[in-house]
Amino acid sequence: MPVTQRMRNFSIIAHIDHGKSTLSDRILELTGAVAQREMREQYLDSMDIERERGITIKAQNVRVTWKGHILHLIDTPGHVDFGYEVSRSLAACEGVVLLVDASQGIEAQTLANCYLALENDLEIVAVMNKVDLPAADPQRVATEIEKVLGIDASSILSISAKTGQGVAELLDAIVERIPPPKGDASAPLRALIFDSYYDQYRGVISSLRVMDGELSSGSRVRFMQAGVSHDVEEIGVRTPVPTAVAKLGPGEVGYLIAGIKNVGEARSGETVTGSDRPATTPLSGYRDPKPMVFCGLYPIDGDEYSDLRESLEKLRLNDASFTYEPETSGALGFGFRCGFLGLLHMEIVRERLEREFGLSLIATAPSVCYLAHVGDGEVISVDNPSVFPTGRLEQVEEPYLSVSVLTPSEYTGAVMDLCQSRRGEMTKMEYLSPERLELAYRIPLAEVVIDFFDQLKSRTKGYASLDYEPAGYEVSDLVKVDILLNNVAVDAFSMIVHRSKSYEYGRRMTERLRELIPRQLFDVPIQAAIGGRVVARETVKAKRKDVLAKCYGGDVSRKRKLLERQKEGKKRMKAIGRVEVPQEAFISALRLES
Amino acid sequence: MGHQAVEGTAVYIHVPFCSIRCDYCAFATWTDRDSLMGAYVAALREEIATAVDSAMEPASSVFFGGGTPSRLAPEAIQSVLGSLGLREGAEVTMEANPEDVNQASLARWREAGVTRLSIGVQSLDPTVLASLGRHQDAAQSLEAAWAVAGAGFDTWSADLVFGARAETMQSWETTLGTILELDPPHLSCYSLMVEPGTPLQADLARHPDNDLQAELYEATEEILAGSGLSWYEVSNWAIPDAHCRHNLSFWKGGDYRGFGCAAHSRAGERRWWNLRTPERYIEAVSQGRDPMAAEEFLDPTQRCLEALMGAIRTREGIPWDPGRPVPARLSELVVQEAGRLHLNLGGRLLANEVTEELSGALCG
Repeated sequence: MPVTQRMRNFSIIAHIDHGKSTLSDRILELTGAVAQREMREQYLDSMDIERERGITIKAQNVRVTWKGHILHLIDTPGHVDFGYEVSRSLAACEGVVLLVDASQGIEAQTLANCYLALENDLEIVAVMNKVDLPAADPQRVATEIEKVLGIDASSILSISAKTGQGVAELLDAIVERIPPPKGDASAPLRALIFDSYYDQYRGVISSLRVMDGELSSGSRVRFMQAGVSHDVEEIGVRTPVPTAVAKLGPGEVGYLIAGIKNVGEARSGETVTGSDRPATTPLSGYRDPKPMVFCGLYPIDGDEYSDLRESLEKLRLNDASFTYEPETSGALGFGFRCGFLGLLHMEIVRERLEREFGLSLIATAPSVCYLAHVGDGEVISVDNPSVFPTGRLEQVEEPYLSVSVLTPSEYTGAVMDLCQSRRGEMTKMEYLSPERLELAYRIPLAEVVIDFFDQLKSRTKGYASLDYEPAGYEVSDLVKVDILLNNVAVDAFSMIVHRSKSYEYGRRMTERLRELIPRQLFDVPIQAAIGGRVVARETVKAKRKDVLAKCYGGDVSRKRKLLERQKEGKKRMKAIGRVEVPQEAFISALRLES
Repeated sequence: MGHQAVEGTAVYIHVPFCSIRCDYCAFATWTDRDSLMGAYVAALREEIATAVDSAMEPASSVFFGGGTPSRLAPEAIQSVLGSLGLREGAEVTMEANPEDVNQASLARWREAGVTRLSIGVQSLDPTVLASLGRHQDAAQSLEAAWAVAGAGFDTWSADLVFGARAETMQSWETTLGTILELDPPHLSCYSLMVEPGTPLQADLARHPDNDLQAELYEATEEILAGSGLSWYEVSNWAIPDAHCRHNLSFWKGGDYRGFGCAAHSRAGERRWWNLRTPERYIEAVSQGRDPMAAEEFLDPTQRCLEALMGAIRTREGIPWDPGRPVPARLSELVVQEAGRLHLNLGGRLLANEVTEELSGALCG
């Protein structure tokens, strides 16, 4: 029997909090990979952010043995922004374990990943978790899974990852139901990279799955999409302790270290082949990462600009999917325009910059990439309101998303209200059970990047789940709203919005700034304008009085210090034309906006 | 900005006793320590004697402030003055609360050597007084002010506070108009300020409206000017030659010497201040120790700023080279004439802004 017959490669698909990490922990224990005394919770999640948020950002993999079989558990990133990365992890598997909370039911993102698995002909082993909890309703959840995925309810396993109940049976089912990998050991090497991270001592460490041929330690390999060659320094498997091996054959999952300095050269989806006998075609499905959401990142303390640049450089070694380039703002000083795969990705990058590099940052409102048609067939990409063309403009297109929301039926109205207020167009409404339904919408990405997820959660008391994927571009009636302070535009607040929302945005920002901008020696008009037309206006009335009533010997020292502090404060103000504004005012306005 | 030499010493004497604490007051004063008065006066005499022994110049002006100096017995005032050397024609001001004023007390203060009485009227509107947290009777205050006016001091003044939350243009005009019937030679009109750590600061609903205060201030200027009282400092108006020499010397940068708890002193670049509580002050002095709590030495920039913030508040203003352009931001707030620069009415309301801007130009 070829060795591949005893291998099983699988991922666990689950919604946040449905118990994926706990199940992984139990599997590690039960298969003896990690002794109970060495066990810590969420063993495979290595970043602080991952543990705190209960999500997986980096895909991990681990090799365990069960009753004479080798199981490769390939952990997938747990968020919608990393849909492409999930697809590459699934491409390394023959099957998935669908893990559903028996009291909650299937959620939107889980469903989307299951569809992805079905499209790739992966075997699905459906499991209900937390069946030991009083709130569990396995009957309903099983019916739901059967209805939406066509999986026979009688084949669905029941487990408690927490207590370990049913986990051995699950491992048996994985061996029985998931097919062994195929692959030709004698064919030229083709291995799929599904994750890479940067280690400061060893360089890039990639996770990969050998599809055909053999990968040997010490050999020279070629990265087909990146077009570069490297010498293999070390290959190995994680048990979960990294253990070097001499070779990895078809179906095997392991890691590769090859002296690579930049994760951008070892992206998810990359095909590794041998330099001496290269494959003719790479594995299908590779895609360059494409930023979807953009924002300006500025250090709150201008002196930290060079620290920010260094930190971005370092972070990019580890995350090739975000982009950055220098940007200058009259209001915020020097910073960077950054592009991200999505909102969570933006949050994660920002949080890592603040946490791992100790920076204090302010982000401008998130923006998307518009396509401005300026005539003669010329199209300009606009990912920053400051480059929105002001002159001739034939039409503007904006990116759309296909959004899927799974919600208890009692919140149907709330979800529909939200989606409609975000210019969404309903494309599907389907009951999964009498209590739950799926709503699908086409919504402009720009309407989702600000606050949509939080709104969805608060309007459904946290019960709705969301999945989305890019759905092309559409022509829209978009305008750029500028915010002018004493007739000078404040770049940080310029925003591209749909015409129907331009007045609302202008009114909100002018009102907010009126409250935040200190009174000056003269009246300061704050206007929102589209082109030359003012759509909203507020005034910060001139300061009438700033004088000490009493200035006598007894407290002259205290009052002098008061003036000295006031003077120091003025030095930190930004001048927008003649208006002096503390940077905190801009920061507060931006915080409120995002 | 340099300070001007003043002949003789400007002496401030702090009296930290009050019957009731006004809830906007941040000064060092206590309502429960009258039992310390005797020891406190003895300590004052002791501290003054030590300074006189160290060749302090005789006083050209004395200012009893507080607290409520009128709570001390007139004999105590007299004995403190007795321990000081006074220059010929020295100005001796004492602050008094209406409740302590009567024909007898006025006569005894005059005998004690007080030449200028400043009476704390604050307001003559009962609603405003209540919103100031002042427990005094408007009628009694007015009666006391009439008594002061007729008591034969060299000169006198009344303190008023405007712009409490309950204040209206009408209530303020009534207070001012009523006081003006007494033909006061001098008035101090203070806009109510919210000082840190006071009960007023904690009560946001009673915080004054800055814009209304500005209007009240402008009305004050108009009304007082019409009655022959000219401003000579942001919050002070007087008929000719009735200004407070003690305070004017301070605003012009003169040195001064403070006695008593929490009293501040300045000499050249040196600033120092005494222990804050009367107990610790009395203890230190009675044990023969210096009651100084701390001192600081101002660098030239700090001295310049301090001198500027005082002088710019006065009608005389600051010296200004006629060839030097006025900073553009201030063009509508100051008047330049005869080699000096002083605040106009709008500038007086924005003196902090002017000070900041000028300090950038003058003090580095």
